[in-house]
Amino acid sequence: MTMREALNLALDQALAADERVFLLGEDIADPGASGPTKGLSTKYGVDRVLDTPISEAAIAGAAIGAAMEGFLPVAEIMIMDFIGIAADQIINHAAKLRFMTGGRTTAPITVRTQVYGGLGTGATHAQSLEAWFMHIPGLKVIVPSTPRDGKGLLTSAIFDPDPCIFVETIRLQSQRGMVPVDPGFSIPLGEADIKKPGRDVTLIGYGRGVVEALGAAAVLEQDGVSAEVLDLRTLLPLDVPAMVESVRRTKRAVVVHDAVEFAGPGAEVAAILQRELFGELAAPVERVGARFVPNPAPPVLEAQVYPNADRIVAAVQRTLARGTSTVGGHG
Amino acid sequence: MTTDRTAGESPDESPDVSPDVSPDVSRRLYELMALMKAADDRLSKGIASGEFLCVYWPPRGQEAIAAAMGVCLRPDDRLVTTYRGLHDLIGKGVPLVEIYGELMGRQVGASRGKGGTMHIARPESGVMLSTGIVGAGPPVAVGLAMAAQRKGLDRVTVVSFGDGATNTGSFHEAANMAALWDLPMVLLCQNNLYAEMTPTEHTMKIEHVADRAKGYGMPGVRVDGNDPLAVLSALTDAVNRARSGGGPTLLECVTFRFRGHYFGDPMAYIPPEQMAAAVAADPVPRFRSRLVAQGLYSEHELDDIDVAAAAAVEEALATVMAAPVPPSDELDRDVYGNPQNCPV
Repeated sequence: MTMREALNLALDQALAADERVFLLGEDIADPGASGPTKGLSTKYGVDRVLDTPISEAAIAGAAIGAAMEGFLPVAEIMIMDFIGIAADQIINHAAKLRFMTGGRTTAPITVRTQVYGGLGTGATHAQSLEAWFMHIPGLKVIVPSTPRDGKGLLTSAIFDPDPCIFVETIRLQSQRGMVPVDPGFSIPLGEADIKKPGRDVTLIGYGRGVVEALGAAAVLEQDGVSAEVLDLRTLLPLDVPAMVESVRRTKRAVVVHDAVEFAGPGAEVAAILQRELFGELAAPVERVGARFVPNPAPPVLEAQVYPNADRIVAAVQRTLARGTSTVGGHG
Repeated sequence: MTTDRTAGESPDESPDVSPDVSPDVSRRLYELMALMKAADDRLSKGIASGEFLCVYWPPRGQEAIAAAMGVCLRPDDRLVTTYRGLHDLIGKGVPLVEIYGELMGRQVGASRGKGGTMHIARPESGVMLSTGIVGAGPPVAVGLAMAAQRKGLDRVTVVSFGDGATNTGSFHEAANMAALWDLPMVLLCQNNLYAEMTPTEHTMKIEHVADRAKGYGMPGVRVDGNDPLAVLSALTDAVNRARSGGGPTLLECVTFRFRGHYFGDPMAYIPPEQMAAAVAADPVPRFRSRLVAQGLYSEHELDDIDVAAAAAVEEALATVMAAPVPPSDELDRDVYGNPQNCPV
């Protein structure tokens, strides 16, 4: 099934399994719904799949208030660029309630949002802003790359005790893959997944970055370079042991993401790897992220902003060129 | 839809209305107001003298509103308040030790001392949130009220905020949603005439906050916020309306804030004549005089209430000052419900 269908199935099964779950957001009820919530208001009623006014702060705040009373709300912020309007509620309230009240109140909300980059929608409907939320103690940040992961991670997010930012990628919504339909299927948060094993370099990504990394790995394979692709799946919690284990083997790492490269999630990944593996690395950790420009509308320019196989291969070649040990050498 | 229950331009000049309340209710109102004032006075004395140090946003002067709320609401009714919440918290039944404990950062605080002055919650008393962000309360209150509606409970959510909050986008978003969904809410504006250091006439074109209600399709009511009986009457109407499924009300209580925005505020922006008029209309002595004048209670009986309030405050303060500060392991506690693989 597609990613869109997998996410729909996760929401469907959560609504069926638990009365505490309800969805709220803009244009999420039928007949206006076109994304992962399509059909759910028809099945469960508009009380549980609730269209809201265009009021992102109140959508997030309402989810928080209901969560404090024991509900498990899934709020949708239609496009991630709009999340700034809800940021106070997410950052100052959802993230901090448990700590600030000594555990007396909590906000186990899930905020689903979509990155629209790559559609020619310009600078305000394209951004991958997950790094903002990685910087906030109390939040969890999830970015799936496959339909299977999408279903398993969304299920975990909905029932997780902490507030989760669940980032969907519009360019992945129609991507197909095998998905367990068992309602009991979930993937724990904080567990990275090796999407392709390899020996010479680890490509670390999440979301669409994983797809580009797999493309680059195929190109590298033809040149005799064996690239491992590690999908972080969640940025917070971050599976540091899996990162370290992989790169300890390959001795080289390239981090790939659609978020802006400068001060992006890859900076944290690179810093951790260099702290944990200093002296074992054969080359500095490379990063391939979006260029540091507002997202341009013209496709010809936008294509130059995001990571692609060529940019990733070039980064891998830089690590190989600067490396002190030879490809395939394991000693 | 807007009802102005104040008599004229200045609510402080309005005659005291005398709704039908029992002497016991009047006594309870006075007890709460006396305790709120005593709790504030003791903090002011302690901070000013250097006896202790804490950050504090004093509600002195706004006691009538919170006392009315304390009398009107059930324990299970929900309250969302702000950093200027000492009076609201006392009114809603949060023990003074838990409030002072939070101000002083002691383990006996409502949040084991970790939340601080601005972030006190106590669900057992219905206090779900105190926010330090102006305007952030109403959206959360929408969710609390939605939860009551979904559970079929007849509980009401009151969200308390100042005049300044009504200029934020999140207030507007929440007010619209509350009206749209007929939520069991009261939007309680404690209009103390200043948004931090800026007077309301410099922050809004309209004169009365309550007039904003019309734009959302909910009733707006404006009362003298220094008269506990006037607030009680209007609040009771709004709460009954919400409880019976009639939807939200915007209730504007016009009041004043004697100690400025934060404790230590030099208040250079407050004209002396305005302060003098406000002091003359101080709700606590004003209500006291009224109870005596009406023959409900003697000066002596009210003195006893004041003495009991001061004693309760001293006892709470002593308990708090003797309590330990949070141990270092509190730093990592309650950051996450499930901290697996989260940074520490």
